[in-house]
Amino acid sequence: MTSVLYDLPGPRARVRNRTFGFTAVVGLVTLVGFIGYRFWVTDQFAGRKWEWLLYKDLQLQLVAALGATLAAFAVGALLALVVGLLFAIARLSEHAWVQAPAATAVEFLRAIPLVVMIFFLFYGAPQAGLRLGVFWSLVVGLTVYNGSVLAEIFRAGVQAVPRGQREAAFALGMRKNQVMRAVLLPQAVRTMLPTVVSQLVVLLKDSALGFLITYPELLFDARYIGSLAEFGRPIIPTAIVIGTVYITLCVALSLLAGYLERRNRRRRHSGRELPTTHVRGVTANLGA
Amino acid sequence: MLGVIADNWDLFITGFRNTVFLFVLAGVGALLLGMLLAAMRVSPVPTMRLLGSGYVTIFRNTPLTLVFFFFAFAYPRLGLIDVSFFVRAVLALTVYTAAFVCEVVRSGINTVDVGQAEAARALGLTFTQTLTEIVIPQAIRSVVPPLTSVLNALLKNTTVAAGFAVAEAGQIIPTLSERGAPVLFGMAWIAIGFLILVFPLTATQRILEKRWSVAR
Repeated sequence: MTSVLYDLPGPRARVRNRTFGFTAVVGLVTLVGFIGYRFWVTDQFAGRKWEWLLYKDLQLQLVAALGATLAAFAVGALLALVVGLLFAIARLSEHAWVQAPAATAVEFLRAIPLVVMIFFLFYGAPQAGLRLGVFWSLVVGLTVYNGSVLAEIFRAGVQAVPRGQREAAFALGMRKNQVMRAVLLPQAVRTMLPTVVSQLVVLLKDSALGFLITYPELLFDARYIGSLAEFGRPIIPTAIVIGTVYITLCVALSLLAGYLERRNRRRRHSGRELPTTHVRGVTANLGA
Repeated sequence: MLGVIADNWDLFITGFRNTVFLFVLAGVGALLLGMLLAAMRVSPVPTMRLLGSGYVTIFRNTPLTLVFFFFAFAYPRLGLIDVSFFVRAVLALTVYTAAFVCEVVRSGINTVDVGQAEAARALGLTFTQTLTEIVIPQAIRSVVPPLTSVLNALLKNTTVAAGFAVAEAGQIIPTLSERGAPVLFGMAWIAIGFLILVFPLTATQRILEKRWSVAR
């Protein structure tokens, strides 16, 4: 492997690398061993703490919690895509009175932390006589935040289509609407698909914020099971189980995003990568 | 609208002060840990690369709320040193954000063309010279903008700590609603507060970008 930082290692470098590698492994084993030791000392491996996994009621409850997480994700993702599309179309509009308010709204919604937004919907909206409840507070929060981020991704995708495409379509006598639907969008969708899917990973991760307003999703269930005295308050085992579920879901989605990106790169002649300058600041892929 | 902030001045001040503390401490921690991880990910030692990418994969695909959950509820059960919620919030933000810092730094190093280092070595520059004179100056240019958005996201993410008993900016809205104050105006003030906090970040980015925008 050649890198900008070093050449292929020679015999001395190979020995040195092996020493470093060995040290790293020893360090890791020590760390994992220490954590395992603390688990063992504090009795986290005791059968009693894992027994809850065998109870049908708790299993069903876990499945229901998973369903709640996925429901918030699915509804939020669908609405965010719609809202994002609307915002993107508004921002791409040639009429200043459509474009300017949309731009302001997108910037404003992106600047507010999602937690503050969700708290606002949950605690603030009832003051105006609007009772959203936990589910809709979470989903509306996810929608407006991710919708405004997706709007930027869509806009960047459309703008990344080479100008000649648009000019040629207009030269053929197509209308604005036709140019967008028949020429620009089909090309843009392919380039922005990986970014959109990564943003959906963010949305899935953000759905865990429902825990803060007691939406009965996975973390909420983990907290509940973790407080059951008859199993010795197994908060660490439940955190491990729920963590595994979350990581599996997100990794699956991330792998899909990676696959789509690789497919794009393979067909670079047709699909163009989104210039990073357009999406910078939009997709740090960081959600809460 | 002014009434809200005047009546709840204490709340806004402590809230945003704690947010800034969380941000600065976690920011420094995440930058250090992230650079260490990035160094591991670009090192010639396969096991270190594996460790680095394992860390990144796990933490990029974990909700921050789950990391907080672990530090808030599971950590005390391990019987380790007892630390306050605030310190645990800093730890949670640090380990989470470090994964993103690592990715940004790594891809920045990868944008430097291999030919640059080859040419530097052909000219007889040592490894340290190659690194400090050729590779890092070029990598840093492409690192600054995405790093700013990572820090920006960290600033917003500090609000998650509000759900775990740290009184910071995220806690303002629930408290306002408890006090029966108009939450909508509170929300507007919080938005303004965050815009003010974001400003130095984007300003720094703009200055650095302008300084380094010279021909590449």
